[in-house]
Amino acid sequence: MYDIVIGLEIHVEMKTQTKLFCGCSTKFGAAPNTQVCPICLGLPGTLPQVNKEAVSLAIRAGGVFGSKIQPISQFSRKNYMYPDLPKAYQITQYQEPICTDGGIEIMRDGQRVMIHLERIHMEEDPGKLMHPEYEHFSLADYNRSGIPLIEIVTKPDLQSPEEAVEFLKALRAQLDFAGISDCRMDQGSMRCDANISLKEPGTEVLGTRVEIKNINSFREVQKALEKEVKRQSDLLRFGEGDKIVQETRKWDAGKGRTIPMRSKEDAEDYRFFDDPDLPVIQLTQEQIDAAWVDLPTETAIQRRERFQKCYSLNLDEATKLTEDAVLARLMDQAGQGHSDPRKLATWILTEGLRLYRSGEGFRVDASTLLALIEKIESGELSHSAAKQVFEVLWEKGATIDETIADLGLKQNSDQNELTALIAKIVGENPKAVEEIKSGNGKAFGFLMGAVMKATRGAANPKIAKSLIEAEIDKVN
Amino acid sequence: METIEQVFSEIKKKDEAIGAFLSFDMKDGEKQREEAESSKGSLAGISMGIKDNIAVKGQPLTCASKMLKTHRASYDATAIERLRKAGAWFVGKTNMDEFAMGGSTENSAFQQTKNPVNHDYVPGGSSGGSAAAVAAGMVSAALGTDTGGSIRQPAAYCGIVGLKPTYGRVSRYGLVAFGSSFDQIGPMTQTVEECEQLFSVIAGADEKDPTCTGEGYQIQKERSDFTTLRVGLVRGIEKMGIEESVLAAYRDLVQEFQEAGALVEEVEFALPSEAVSVYYVLTSAEASSNLGRFDGIRYGLKGRGSSVEEEMRASRSQGFGLEVKRRVLFGTHVLSAGYQDQVYKKAHLYRATLKKRMEVLFQSYDLFLMPTTPTPAFRLGDHSDDPMGMYLEDAFTVPASLTGIPALSIPYAKSEKGLPIGMQIMAAHGQEEMIFEVLKGLEAKNGIFGRRG
Repeated sequence: MYDIVIGLEIHVEMKTQTKLFCGCSTKFGAAPNTQVCPICLGLPGTLPQVNKEAVSLAIRAGGVFGSKIQPISQFSRKNYMYPDLPKAYQITQYQEPICTDGGIEIMRDGQRVMIHLERIHMEEDPGKLMHPEYEHFSLADYNRSGIPLIEIVTKPDLQSPEEAVEFLKALRAQLDFAGISDCRMDQGSMRCDANISLKEPGTEVLGTRVEIKNINSFREVQKALEKEVKRQSDLLRFGEGDKIVQETRKWDAGKGRTIPMRSKEDAEDYRFFDDPDLPVIQLTQEQIDAAWVDLPTETAIQRRERFQKCYSLNLDEATKLTEDAVLARLMDQAGQGHSDPRKLATWILTEGLRLYRSGEGFRVDASTLLALIEKIESGELSHSAAKQVFEVLWEKGATIDETIADLGLKQNSDQNELTALIAKIVGENPKAVEEIKSGNGKAFGFLMGAVMKATRGAANPKIAKSLIEAEIDKVN
Repeated sequence: METIEQVFSEIKKKDEAIGAFLSFDMKDGEKQREEAESSKGSLAGISMGIKDNIAVKGQPLTCASKMLKTHRASYDATAIERLRKAGAWFVGKTNMDEFAMGGSTENSAFQQTKNPVNHDYVPGGSSGGSAAAVAAGMVSAALGTDTGGSIRQPAAYCGIVGLKPTYGRVSRYGLVAFGSSFDQIGPMTQTVEECEQLFSVIAGADEKDPTCTGEGYQIQKERSDFTTLRVGLVRGIEKMGIEESVLAAYRDLVQEFQEAGALVEEVEFALPSEAVSVYYVLTSAEASSNLGRFDGIRYGLKGRGSSVEEEMRASRSQGFGLEVKRRVLFGTHVLSAGYQDQVYKKAHLYRATLKKRMEVLFQSYDLFLMPTTPTPAFRLGDHSDDPMGMYLEDAFTVPASLTGIPALSIPYAKSEKGLPIGMQIMAAHGQEEMIFEVLKGLEAKNGIFGRRG
């Protein structure tokens, strides 16, 4: 067995309204090339203008991770040619990044350990190329060109693929919670490259480092790293003289393996130099303070532990709730002072999560959610009726009472009405009645179901039950 | 009053012999002129030629390169926007050295411009078309761009006034970048007064250009008291290969300052022989990065090939001229790993040192005088196979470019052959005010520059 040494470079799209160097919208999913202007297309004669909101969010990220904010930082040009890069250089921060140092805690063998950060710097995203199948051309979409990113670079402190994933989850939770990014890997707003090497246990000498690019989900991070650990240790053990070469490899998720992209010899020479179009960024303490307003003080782990303790949740529930800022905030808003917060958590994680995952945002607020659960507890709504109400609230955003009225779901406790209905149902199902009499309990459930179906779940289950029993007793 | 057709046909007739213009704005000409003439701005009705590396919405923006032969600007440069508001109108785009690289306008991919004073001679470069258009009276004024002398040198060769403003005082937004930390847009006119007027319109901070933070400009009163003025000269300048007629003109100007009462002193300011090399290292490095965007993918000339790399290579091979290729390759070289520290960073350091020396110099002097160029205009074709010879014509203009200070060239005399000779007046960073007030003061005493004798 070898020791694993992993460092990550994570690109995160900042949640700004406009791009890093122009006023174009950053909204995701627009038709290709509809969110572009002469500046982000790099048309001849255009110059970049720095987005203050982006600088502020980058400072905020530094605040979240306890980094040092550099009072003077600078943009550089990274020169390379690719059709998705309109200016043939990417504006990034090279020698003087906006934040240095900092760290994120994860758990290792039951202990909190700090994964240290090297730096956080700002840069612009290039555009996106699409290669239609069976065609002899490619298409370029520059909507993404100029979207503000921060690149977070860790020190090689991670010791396993699982830790890498845990780190990424903690990172995402914090960035999301601080409103810096929504970190959606599926939409490309968070992307990860990993540096990995193996070394003999107990030695200090690092092994040959390999960089893996293009990993686009947590699951793939784990798979890619596991695969690379295996490839490297196989080479070390059975390589018969073949060595690990320092190179950049690409993760091919479809084939489940890493493939070589470029070696150290043909590594690109980016000819970095300070961008003469952009003066140095000089920050005042006031700017830093303004960016740090309402900065979350809790780390991801601290929040999870608090949730476990305060809301009597198990690790899994607390993890799921704190991984997402929207859910965590909702739980905090609704859970304070609630007599049975775990019941609330369960509702959020089942009914809530199901709808939340399929759309945008959590569309029912804390007080509505509490009122709904209150109605179940008081017996005013059955659990299944509450689910229907919840769905309608989610879609239409009406009030609970309006929704209940609209759906005709108010629990029906009207004895006369129910008695007539149940008499009819019992009369129509002699076979079930016979079975109940011979001691088969399942058949009772069948009758109950029929009543609920006929009332669309509105029948008060307690009353219905006693009425069915009374009706069966009448049958000889 | 002349119709717009008559105006254009007259300009075109004149231009047949000179070749100053690459394109005319016939389509919008009438509309532009009407708007300009009804304007209450300070430049109402002024006709202008614009160097073809500055964006005028709807007009071609070719940089005199095959690469951009079909390219039109989709927006106005900030300087153009301000001139438009002040009532100027834009006749068309003027010829230049391709991407502003050159000193004779012979490096244009499209045509040769001739010096209006004598058609066998070059108009200078890279703003040769703008200089020639003004000198020939085709337009009232023009905009040029200056990276290492590209406004001042053609102004001197054609006998007009040209200002390279302080770096950061005129917005570069809409100027196709060559050397971003050097490039400045500046006015080219018949007289100092007109130059000042144009400058007052285009100067001042622009949020579209973060490097443009300089102040706006107010028209200055002429200076009457010269006794408090301190003027610096380079000691030993006579030994710097300057042609006799230029040297004689220089001595005359110095005398004019002395007679007006100014304190004139020679300063130990050895014109650093390395300055030109440093200039080429830094501007070429920036150019190699700035010109990377011309790859044939989104606009301009498109080469054919079976891969992206081949297509880019074909586009550039066919699109760029020799001088541009030479500088891009040189710039790529000096920025590449291994050479960056040896060459590029050293040049940077040198520039910083020179800036410091200039600052110190201007603590003791208000102005600094030099000929604009060591010789008057040379014959067409004389330096075509001699880029180094051409580069050295920049020796007197480059120091102001490296240090970002303002420098203005005035038409001061004529050689025996009748070719114009220009003199250069420099001031401290942001001190265009000083240049204009002093020159207007001299004009009040001795007559308008360029119209004397």
